[in-house]
Amino acid sequence: MKPFFGFVKKEFIHIFRDVRTLVVLFGLPIAQILIFGFVIRNEIQDVRIAILDKSKDPVTFEITNRILASGFFKLDRYLESDDEADKVFRAGKIREVIVFDHDFADRLEKEKKADIQLLADASDPNSARLIVSYTQAIVSTYINEINSQSPQQVKIESRTRMMYNADLRSAFMFVPGTMALVLMLVSAMMTSISITREKETGTMEALLVSPLRPLQIIAGKVTPYIILSFINAVVIILMGHFIFQLPVRGSLVLLFGETILFITLALSLGIMISTVSSTQVVAMFLSAFALMLPTMLLSGFIFPIENMPHVLQWLCRIMPPTYFIVIIKNIMLKGTGLAEVWKETLILIGMLAFFLSISAARFKTRLQ
Amino acid sequence: MLIVQKEFLQIFRNKTMIPMIFLLPFVQLLILVNAAIMDMKNIEMIVVDKDLSSLSTELTEKFAQSPFFTVVRPGFSVKQAEEAMLGNKTDMILIVPSGFEQQVYHQGKADLQIQIDAINGMTAGLMNNYATQIINSFYFAVLQETGNNVLMKNNVKSISMNHRFWYNSQLNFKYYMVPGILAILLTVIGMFLASLNLVREKEIGTIEQINVTPIRKYHFIIGKLLPFWIIAMFELMFGLALGKILFDIPMEGNLLLLFGFAALYLIAVLGIGLFISTLCETQQQAQFLNFFVLITFVMLSGIFTPAESMPHWAQNLNVINPIAYFIRINRMVLLKGSEFRDIAGDYISIGVIAIFLISLAIWKYRKIA
Repeated sequence: MKPFFGFVKKEFIHIFRDVRTLVVLFGLPIAQILIFGFVIRNEIQDVRIAILDKSKDPVTFEITNRILASGFFKLDRYLESDDEADKVFRAGKIREVIVFDHDFADRLEKEKKADIQLLADASDPNSARLIVSYTQAIVSTYINEINSQSPQQVKIESRTRMMYNADLRSAFMFVPGTMALVLMLVSAMMTSISITREKETGTMEALLVSPLRPLQIIAGKVTPYIILSFINAVVIILMGHFIFQLPVRGSLVLLFGETILFITLALSLGIMISTVSSTQVVAMFLSAFALMLPTMLLSGFIFPIENMPHVLQWLCRIMPPTYFIVIIKNIMLKGTGLAEVWKETLILIGMLAFFLSISAARFKTRLQ
Repeated sequence: MLIVQKEFLQIFRNKTMIPMIFLLPFVQLLILVNAAIMDMKNIEMIVVDKDLSSLSTELTEKFAQSPFFTVVRPGFSVKQAEEAMLGNKTDMILIVPSGFEQQVYHQGKADLQIQIDAINGMTAGLMNNYATQIINSFYFAVLQETGNNVLMKNNVKSISMNHRFWYNSQLNFKYYMVPGILAILLTVIGMFLASLNLVREKEIGTIEQINVTPIRKYHFIIGKLLPFWIIAMFELMFGLALGKILFDIPMEGNLLLLFGFAALYLIAVLGIGLFISTLCETQQQAQFLNFFVLITFVMLSGIFTPAESMPHWAQNLNVINPIAYFIRINRMVLLKGSEFRDIAGDYISIGVIAIFLISLAIWKYRKIA
């Protein structure tokens, strides 16, 4: 056992000696969390709009007031003609132009129908959709109130409860994904690079002829990263909790258990990558493109899986982070226990076994 | 400029380089753009109908017929429905209280309850809006039915809202993503590869040999950076062509404006790459540092989520983020056909940033190992 511990110690010394990588190792998760938590917003706020009011009567003013009072929109300016819309969009700051038709209040009163046009800058289609949707909601709430004011009219009210995330915080969506991303980065990428470096610099030979068994070599390489990843995971959860009020509604033990499962899985992936890479650069690129990018895009982290074309959905389903993110969200935000996530957990365990067996088969104890 | 020639030879001799240059944009554009869709279709919902009247059935039908919603199943108990939501089996629950029809026709007031899985704040907001609209149109139908006399029925006021989506009427998310991805592509080549290239020389040791030659520092740096500048500009052309062929992205504006901006942008980004290379001893460190800076700036730049939605301090930070400028200009020129006077301010900004960054990097770079 002593040679094994000595080996692990050597690995730790190697890691800590490389200050720059260390900074990235610990700095990246913190920076990611901060960015995703504070900066990346899917909701809209203070959207600059312009209004072309051809009526300028009490009704249009009331509707305008409501729109501006909602907090989502900010009035940039009033337009005077239809042609100004294009100019104003091209300049880039205004995202929506609301056009009230002539004689708005009159027509609403006499003909019972008036028109509003919403012009949205759809170069960012998501925002455009949200902007139009929110505007429509505000206007239709207004017209409902007007209609239900006559005493004989019936009122139907619907109340919405936002479950698990009453304030609609973005952090709830992003922090779990960031955790998966960071663990993938540290565990898989660093491990694969570390093992490959030994191969590349030739020190692997020395290790192989030492009394250490191949299994011990791998385990020794991997142990420091397990510990580092776990620390990272805890830091992320703590930051999520204290800075973003992200709750941990479920069992902490289960959370840590699943985290360790995922870390081990990522590590086994890292080992597998190292068995197919001859140089560090190759290991790096494989990790980055086969792990990093897919984790960010195909795991349901930012873009919902259900909306992707079927081909890509299949790809998502073979990505471990997809399942891990579901598990984390469930445990942390919905407070569920193993009962709801046993399927995903089983899949992760299966993947772990699969990757480990491939790595074991491929790890060459002799050199070419 | 023999050193430029030598650099080109070295770059292309590296077997991984060529597939990177040609495959990477292809792969990125294909996968990223197709994955990055934010449409809302098939929102799964459970209707807990405690009334089971013809009116409530009508309401359920309205939801079922909507292209946005899929009524997964009717439920009979709220508890069951909530459990389904816990188990990720449904996104939304609509609860119709018992006595709904009675309340509407005879008491004049009725309530509905909606529960939405709000973990994804944005989609939750959208779901709520869609649901509200369906309920509103149902409400109109009810109003017209229940008006006590002809006068009442005709008293129902409505505001019709037409919306038009400009520059991207199909709300094609690909139009939004392709300019952003092109920006990342150029940045990877300009910053990442250039930086790596420089550090490799350091790591291998050949840099010492170059240092003892009479070549001046400026010539050496230009020689190292120019090939990547050229390759990146080529990538822009290649990427735009691919974008046109694969996705038929619009090219409303003057492409020269775009290339001009890219030229300045690349200088800025090469400066960052050079600066990073002076901080690192090994390629691995360079990779990580580059990756770190890249990810941070890219996320801040508004590629996935709008920069205008970010908190003010982040938007202020974006003033010095070259990527933010490039992505914005990309989108404005390609999708909206913005002209020079619209982006003149940005041109000046990127010029200033570029000069600052490249000077900083050159100053830091010393002709010592």
